Amino acid sequence: MNMPDYTIPLVVAIPLLGAFLTPLVSRINDKLRNVFVIIVLALNALLVFLLASDILTTGIKTYVFGAKDLTYPIVRILFEVDAMSIFMAIISSILVLAAVTYSWAFMKENTGLDKYYTLILLLTAGMLGMVFTGDMFNFFVFLEITSIASCALIAFWTDVGESVEAGFKYIVISATGALFVLFAVALLYGQYNALNIAQLSSVIQYTFLDKIALVLLIVALAMKAGIVPMHMWLPDSYGSAPSTISIVLVSATLASLYGVLRVVFTLYGNALSTIANFDISVNVFIGWFIVALAVISIIVGVTMALIQSDFKRLIAYGAVAEIGYMFLGIGAGLTALGTAYGRTALNGGIFHIMNDALDVGLLFLVAGAIYYATRERSLDRLGGLARNMKYTTAFFIIGLLAVAGMPPLNGFASKILIYESTFQLNPILAIVAILCSILLLAVFVKVFHSAFMGPQLPKYKDVKEVPRSMLFVMGVIACIIVFIGLFPEFVINNVVEPAANALVGYSEYVSQVVAGGI
Amino acid sequence: MIYNIPYIAVAALVLIGLYALVFKRNLIKLVIGVVLIESGVNLFLIILGYREESIAPIYTSSPGGVMSFPVPQALTLTSIVIGVAVIALMLSLVIHIYRHYGTLDVRKVRRLKE
Repeated sequence: MNMPDYTIPLVVAIPLLGAFLTPLVSRINDKLRNVFVIIVLALNALLVFLLASDILTTGIKTYVFGAKDLTYPIVRILFEVDAMSIFMAIISSILVLAAVTYSWAFMKENTGLDKYYTLILLLTAGMLGMVFTGDMFNFFVFLEITSIASCALIAFWTDVGESVEAGFKYIVISATGALFVLFAVALLYGQYNALNIAQLSSVIQYTFLDKIALVLLIVALAMKAGIVPMHMWLPDSYGSAPSTISIVLVSATLASLYGVLRVVFTLYGNALSTIANFDISVNVFIGWFIVALAVISIIVGVTMALIQSDFKRLIAYGAVAEIGYMFLGIGAGLTALGTAYGRTALNGGIFHIMNDALDVGLLFLVAGAIYYATRERSLDRLGGLARNMKYTTAFFIIGLLAVAGMPPLNGFASKILIYESTFQLNPILAIVAILCSILLLAVFVKVFHSAFMGPQLPKYKDVKEVPRSMLFVMGVIACIIVFIGLFPEFVINNVVEPAANALVGYSEYVSQVVAGGI
Repeated sequence: MIYNIPYIAVAALVLIGLYALVFKRNLIKLVIGVVLIESGVNLFLIILGYREESIAPIYTSSPGGVMSFPVPQALTLTSIVIGVAVIALMLSLVIHIYRHYGTLDVRKVRRLKE
């Protein structure tokens, strides 16, 4: 289906306008507001899907603000959407839609929900803006919108000291990170007089200052993506926020991950060599740097998850390990850019972005369901819940097996790609990855045992299954997980492969904007 | 040398801000650290657009001569506005933390442990 170009800004504008309408709608009726927010986000998700089908068949789309055509030099802000951007937009839309539908029952007893929904919509606009924008400064602005909205949401339960503490930690980290992104943007701007990613990419010289800018961008964005050793905010934020916010935060983190990919593969695409010669070139240097961080993340994430007793903090450490797997795939793909296995690694890393979002999202929703039913987060005091909560237990088993990479679920489909390709890069990487995956299974089996198995505890005798709307959301995500696990080829061929192509073929991204290409 | 003074100021502001973030124990001082980094980055953007002997870039009332470059100033304005929002949010969180814990010392505000 051929979508007009103005669909691209609409996808960002609809949640933004919706955000400012929400307090007004909220004055009329609370139920009406919930319906309104769900409709806005469902409409937006529909637009994203239509846009995706268009972009995957016809290629990159651009939209220039305030001008009919591009004139050179480019001083206008533009949105440029390729297969990678739309891939991330699909993930964000699904997660946010799931979160607001789940919120209906989950957050019912809270006050201040008009602000809650407003902030979720703002956060959505920020994330979609981050993945759609083709302009470095605009990227910074959307990054800040995302940080501010997510910080306010992390600290939403202000009556709990921990939430406020986690929110403060998050805003300090993300404000500093964003300022360093701005500093790097200024460094690039001062040299090339351009802010447009495509234009910068076509003229970048990889001078000393560019190297500093690259380091600042990668470190700041990787910090926001929650990679070890810059992960300390992540378990606090994921653990202290309401469950629905945790899964929205998962997609906000992934938007920062997208920033890393865009910077390395597109902005500095010129400096990468596509022939895999293992001299010390940019690929090998940055690639191994990312691989090293990834392996540390996997190990630290899993071992820290082992010792947690708080359900949500445990999942959060699992999420750190999962982010490690993504970076492992992407780093290996970067190191061996141009070889067949490098390509497999990149595919695996990108595919794992989607799988991690769904698996960790499902686990957070299950944690939320348990909190809803029992008001308890500590694993030491839970037990025997499988008797009363059959469906939740089933969804937890699906999430657990998927996150640990068990066939036939989706986590396996992407992890096998990462294992087989990193094994060719260096066998030790694959061995560490597999071992940690098994440990992750052990972690979640322990959770399963302590929360769901065992004798029925007297205080949980009257625990009821959660409301149907929450079960429905978990069920839908579980179905998607099983579907991707059974037909991974379908997803890889239709979405992941074009996204990886878009990353590697950065010249196409550039030639859309800069006439004549490079 | 004289032309480098703004750049030295940028480096000093950013480094002092980072120092405050890493070593200071008081939450308000952490906020001040972020403000200092932000001022440093804003100053950097502004001096990137400055040319020697230039005037403010207002086209309609220009007496002629070199104008400084307007784009970095637009960027800085945006950045300042965002900065205000971030700082306001941070300070409001500090108020909440003070209500819960009765202190601003980061060593005592540590219920979230590893």
